[in-house]
Amino acid sequence: MAVTTAPERAAQVAARSAHRRSTPATRRRTLVALAFCAPMLLGLAIFFVYPLIASVYYSFTSYNLVSPPVFIGLRNYIYLFTQDPLIGTAAFNTLWFVVFLVPIRILTAIGVAGLLARARVASGFWRTVFYLPALVPPVAATVAFVFLFNPGVGPVNQILAMFGIQGPLWFNDPAWSKPSLVILGVWVMGDIMIIFLAALLDVPTEQYEAASLDGANGLQKLRYVTFPNLTPVLLFALITGIIAALQYFTEASVASTVASGKASVGEGIGGSMGYPDNSLLTYTQWLYERGFNNFQLGYASALAVVLFLVASFFLVILLRRVNAFNPEGAK
Amino acid sequence: MTTFVQPTVLDPVAYAPRRKARRPSAVLLWIAEHALLVALVVMFLFPVVFVTLTSLMTSQQTLTGALWPNPFTFQNYAKAFTDAPLALWFANSTMYAVLATVFMLVSSVPAAYALAKLRFPGSNLIFVAIIIAMLLPPQVTAVPVYVLWTQVGLTGTLWPLILPNLLGDAFSVFLLRQFFLTIPPEYSDAARVDGASELGVLTRVIIPMTKPGIAAAAIFLFFHSWNDYFGPLLYASENPSAWPVAYGLATFRGAHGTDWGITMAMTMIVTIPIVVVFFFAQRVFVEGITLSGVKG
Repeated sequence: MAVTTAPERAAQVAARSAHRRSTPATRRRTLVALAFCAPMLLGLAIFFVYPLIASVYYSFTSYNLVSPPVFIGLRNYIYLFTQDPLIGTAAFNTLWFVVFLVPIRILTAIGVAGLLARARVASGFWRTVFYLPALVPPVAATVAFVFLFNPGVGPVNQILAMFGIQGPLWFNDPAWSKPSLVILGVWVMGDIMIIFLAALLDVPTEQYEAASLDGANGLQKLRYVTFPNLTPVLLFALITGIIAALQYFTEASVASTVASGKASVGEGIGGSMGYPDNSLLTYTQWLYERGFNNFQLGYASALAVVLFLVASFFLVILLRRVNAFNPEGAK
Repeated sequence: MTTFVQPTVLDPVAYAPRRKARRPSAVLLWIAEHALLVALVVMFLFPVVFVTLTSLMTSQQTLTGALWPNPFTFQNYAKAFTDAPLALWFANSTMYAVLATVFMLVSSVPAAYALAKLRFPGSNLIFVAIIIAMLLPPQVTAVPVYVLWTQVGLTGTLWPLILPNLLGDAFSVFLLRQFFLTIPPEYSDAARVDGASELGVLTRVIIPMTKPGIAAAAIFLFFHSWNDYFGPLLYASENPSAWPVAYGLATFRGAHGTDWGITMAMTMIVTIPIVVVFFFAQRVFVEGITLSGVKG
């Protein structure tokens, strides 16, 4: 900030407040802006603000959709933290995905992006190969992986057998089901890989040249040039990855359904939840089960409020950097 | 941020000065890197190759653990449409994805323009709300929203997933705003000086200049709707005639236990439209992903 004299200062303040004072033109522009935003504001009110408040209200009630909600105080929360037989398993499984799935996906994405940034030959081809799996509908990708890894006829164990390796039961073994989903998560890491690749290609060449002139070796360049330039993207990928893992649902639910082989057309996911042995029962599946299969909507709301509080913790970290969403030079 | 579209000139390492003495190790490094790349590519293509091969086997052969189809047959692709109501699922998915996308564009383009280009009291607060709404797990708000839709009597259909797009979609507003911010204000200012209204600025200046961005937002929402599993599970699972392909595929097993041949054919059929759209719109799509990330 340049040093300003008192009169200059006063002039600046006057100018600013004059700008702020609503002239007909600015008032008109505000009205136009609000008109443009009106449908979205209504949407935020109905599908964001209201449900957040209503969830808190329902969480203090017993509600089954048929009879009106009955206020029961903290009983849902007491049940949640002391009695619910599967909440511990569900929370543990979700936490497991946060701790393993998120970092492994990010590290793979950075590694592949690093290789792609340096590849000179057929770079478009490599990029497409690593990116395409991210486009495959998650249900289709999960169904495909349960087939590839199925212990009976799946190609993975067939090929392992050619090398004399007895493959595990993958999606049918409680100890292997979560790692199997991590392999799937790595296969579809293309979306974050592209963001890392763009960030890597965005690092100004001069910074590498300057580091070379200072006698930095490859590792030092990585440490002092590449990494600092990746930090904002890394933080973004980490936070959004954690929030996505907290709501991990589709892949786990579909893997359970398909691997159990139980459901057929018309049955839905009911009987196979968490298969095998609740090892894929995630927090959000448990919320869905209690809320929409057992119609304990009050209790599901308590689960939702707890999920919201945990997710908020990570949201706040991201929102403190909200200015990062404003590209430089954009005013 | 958007430099990804012309990345070949931006290879930092290739342009970093190299000393001649290090040539042999540089060659070794080049070989090692490309060998690693090839190995990774083989692993990443593995699922595609074996899903395709299995979809071309007879049902009997899929029970044997064979890796190569003998004989090659397309019968699974035909059976996918006869053993399951795949055409109906496709129609439902298409309706869901197309209507959601059109509705989103109508509601979100003006809102994103206002957020990006018209400073007004509370616009920052709204932007923060958009980010939270976009990242919030849908399960957090599921109960009250579900109750609302039962009161309207629309559960058992896909409308609870389509109609809200008329009232803006948080991620789309966010992405569109990021695209609109890249247009220098001089263009809209010039149009205003010429007497254009804000609607005129939006439709005649901003939209023509950000067509790729708008296309990217549309494709994202189309894919999101096409791939959606939780939404149809929540609202339409009890009504099979409303199922979209993603949900139908998850429940399909085949008439006599799991039939992997038909299932893999179905997996291919569900995925192919997405891949086709991607190849037509590859450039705008990748730009969109990059812009949805964060600039330090």
